[in-house]
Amino acid sequence: MDTEILSRIQFAFTIAFHYIYPPLSIGLGLILVIMEGMYLKTGKKIYEDMTRFWIKIFALIFGLGVATGIIMEFEFGTNWATYSKYVGDIFGSALAAEGIFAFALESGFLSILLFGWKRVSPKVHFFSALMVFLGSLFSAVWIVVANSWQQTPSGYHIVGEGLNARAEITDFWAMVFNPSSVERLLHVWVGAFLAGAFLVMSVNAYYILKNKHLEIAKPSFKIALVIATIFSLAQLLTGHKSAEGVARNQPAKLAAMEGHFDSSGVADMYILGWVNKKKQTTSGIKIPGGLSFLLHQDFKTPVTGLNTFRPEDRPSQINAVFQFYHIMVAIGMALIGLTLYASWQWKRGNLFNRKWLMVVFVWAVLLPQIANQAGWFAAEMGRQPWVVYNLLRTSDALSKAVKAEQVLVSLIMFMLVYLILFILFLYLLNKKIKLGPVMHKADNGNEIEMSSKRENPLMTK
Amino acid sequence: MFMFLGIDYNTWWFLVFGGVITGYAILDGFDLGAGALHLFLKKETSRRIALNAIGPVWDGNEVWLVIAGGALFAGFPVAYAAVFSAFYLPAFIFLIGLIWRAVAIEFRSKEPGKIWRLTWDVVYSFACIIVTLSLGLMLGNIAKGMPLNEQKEFTGSILSFFNPFSIMVAVTTLALFMTHGAIYLAVKTENRLYTKLTILAKNFNVFFLLAFGLTTLYTLLYIPHLSDRIKSNPLYFIFPAIMLLAIANIPRQLKIGNYRFAFISSSITIASLLIAVAIEVFPNLLYASNNAAYSITIQNAASSPKTMKTLLIIALIGTPLVGVYTSFVFWTFKGKVKLDEMSY
Repeated sequence: MDTEILSRIQFAFTIAFHYIYPPLSIGLGLILVIMEGMYLKTGKKIYEDMTRFWIKIFALIFGLGVATGIIMEFEFGTNWATYSKYVGDIFGSALAAEGIFAFALESGFLSILLFGWKRVSPKVHFFSALMVFLGSLFSAVWIVVANSWQQTPSGYHIVGEGLNARAEITDFWAMVFNPSSVERLLHVWVGAFLAGAFLVMSVNAYYILKNKHLEIAKPSFKIALVIATIFSLAQLLTGHKSAEGVARNQPAKLAAMEGHFDSSGVADMYILGWVNKKKQTTSGIKIPGGLSFLLHQDFKTPVTGLNTFRPEDRPSQINAVFQFYHIMVAIGMALIGLTLYASWQWKRGNLFNRKWLMVVFVWAVLLPQIANQAGWFAAEMGRQPWVVYNLLRTSDALSKAVKAEQVLVSLIMFMLVYLILFILFLYLLNKKIKLGPVMHKADNGNEIEMSSKRENPLMTK
Repeated sequence: MFMFLGIDYNTWWFLVFGGVITGYAILDGFDLGAGALHLFLKKETSRRIALNAIGPVWDGNEVWLVIAGGALFAGFPVAYAAVFSAFYLPAFIFLIGLIWRAVAIEFRSKEPGKIWRLTWDVVYSFACIIVTLSLGLMLGNIAKGMPLNEQKEFTGSILSFFNPFSIMVAVTTLALFMTHGAIYLAVKTENRLYTKLTILAKNFNVFFLLAFGLTTLYTLLYIPHLSDRIKSNPLYFIFPAIMLLAIANIPRQLKIGNYRFAFISSSITIASLLIAVAIEVFPNLLYASNNAAYSITIQNAASSPKTMKTLLIIALIGTPLVGVYTSFVFWTFKGKVKLDEMSY
């Protein structure tokens, strides 16, 4: 394998692994703000206990997000030196802003969130939760802006030629608000809220099934269900906006997402399908003219197909783009159905009596995660063969000083390290969940009564 | 040339970047030093106190590295690209070390078992040692210079990183961070643990003096381009002078038990060392050891003036903000470490 494919695999692997954690941090951040806000408002112990429990889970997730995230910032330089030089003038300021505005805010207040219960007043503690949440939202802003600029560059001009060509910024705000950044940012945020809400529902559904911690599990589940219902519906809107944007800005990507080749023909929408790249056909269950209708509100309008583009300008993995996109859409629909059904059962007073529904929610935590990953894979593979759309090819973006063997070594190193990390993460997460929320006696804050019979490891001397 | 207060944008950004790197070295320096000496502490409670002394702050300190990376990428993309593609494997070893440091702190307290905790103690300490050594190794190579081609790409081999000078810098960095870390822990502890840490700090300081003396001697003899500017202008002697006074002040303050001043002294030592390096390399960011004309400088590596201006605005707004919340966190967790239920 050559340096290019190895570097792509390494980047995809490290970013995909990293992306398990930040959406959960953002989503849990929102839920923590709500839980602690309710504690401040009502003064009820259960809200304090649920906040404390989720802060511990949050700490674990956040820690892994930080640990795996720092790799990403330097991987541009290590593996993609030419790309770094090409986009540094544009992309760098977004990254620098992310560090100084988002990460510093997040990590500073995180320590108060984690260790500050007894050192600051409840209001300052709540404020810290809010700042951590805001910091995580900001960090998504800058990184999505940077990525969106790669999809839809604007506010720049090209200086120099050949090996020395690079993009220079001409309009900072045009770069920030490039044609795709707002809709993609909303899509990413909502995806993160769903990831967090479904994690909270999963854990609490498990407690409800086990008949444990019910006084905390039921209200926590309901808080998360409200968030999940609102945002799974909202995701339909942001998803639709994003698809329209892709059609407008990156027609080759959209054509790959639906396996649409013929530019003169109407475009179908597939529920399930398979793309045959050689024969340039797509087969499966479809709504004829569905994509035309979605984009133009008319079943007959043709949509730009892949055959408009030269073969070297088309994504090389069309079927993969198609499948990732369809997995994401299918899960999005499933989440809407699931949350609406659960809300309806809640209204009828049956939410916690449907055992199978709780079982579904225990496992449903995987769905937003898979959808988030699949969405990014569709977005990034659909942008190929470009690393900066229509400007810089991925194959031209590499570090020339780096040899394939070096990348192979680092890739194997990452796979080993991340495998161990992931096993440890699941082990500790499972342990924390099994241990459950710690109940505090109402009148004496110092005395702690364990909800389970096991000893709290944090108290061990 | 675009100027602000009589200094051009690129020089400003060199100063900002240098300031962030110095901030990172001082702040994460004590975390890494505390980690590197972790196994010198034998009792479980001592180790827990040491971990909780850095617990609320190490993550924020590491953000300075993220900011430094962003600052280099944004302001001097050519240097960012050249340095990290050149240091391909050392950079990843450094970063993977940071990963293990982070997870070891997080995971250690989650199980009460002796073997579990000992494993994480060892992982934690070695991760900090490796991170510090690789940081020093990279600094040494950057200061010394590396072979580059016309496209500003590294042309040497990985083995060339392990030259005597860079190894000496790495060892010196480790000694300095361990001194600095021991002093920080002394600030945060009391009674017998405090006494033990002051002794460790004094010993590490001796270790640092030896390593530093040897490295300086080697530099003066074999790497003229790292001392010619300071030699040629007596005004610059002020930095080595401050540094020597600060180093000498460390054992003195420790002796009279004024650990806060000792901490300020070790911080000044770190800062003045980096300032001395910056004076020597400026305006180069990466000196091309094969042909000085290929060197990466603050002019040929820089982003456009427009981006430089944007960055300076971001820095002007951001720096006070970071200052405010960093101080707020340090203020909230001031005083001696007390273990409670939320501790590691």
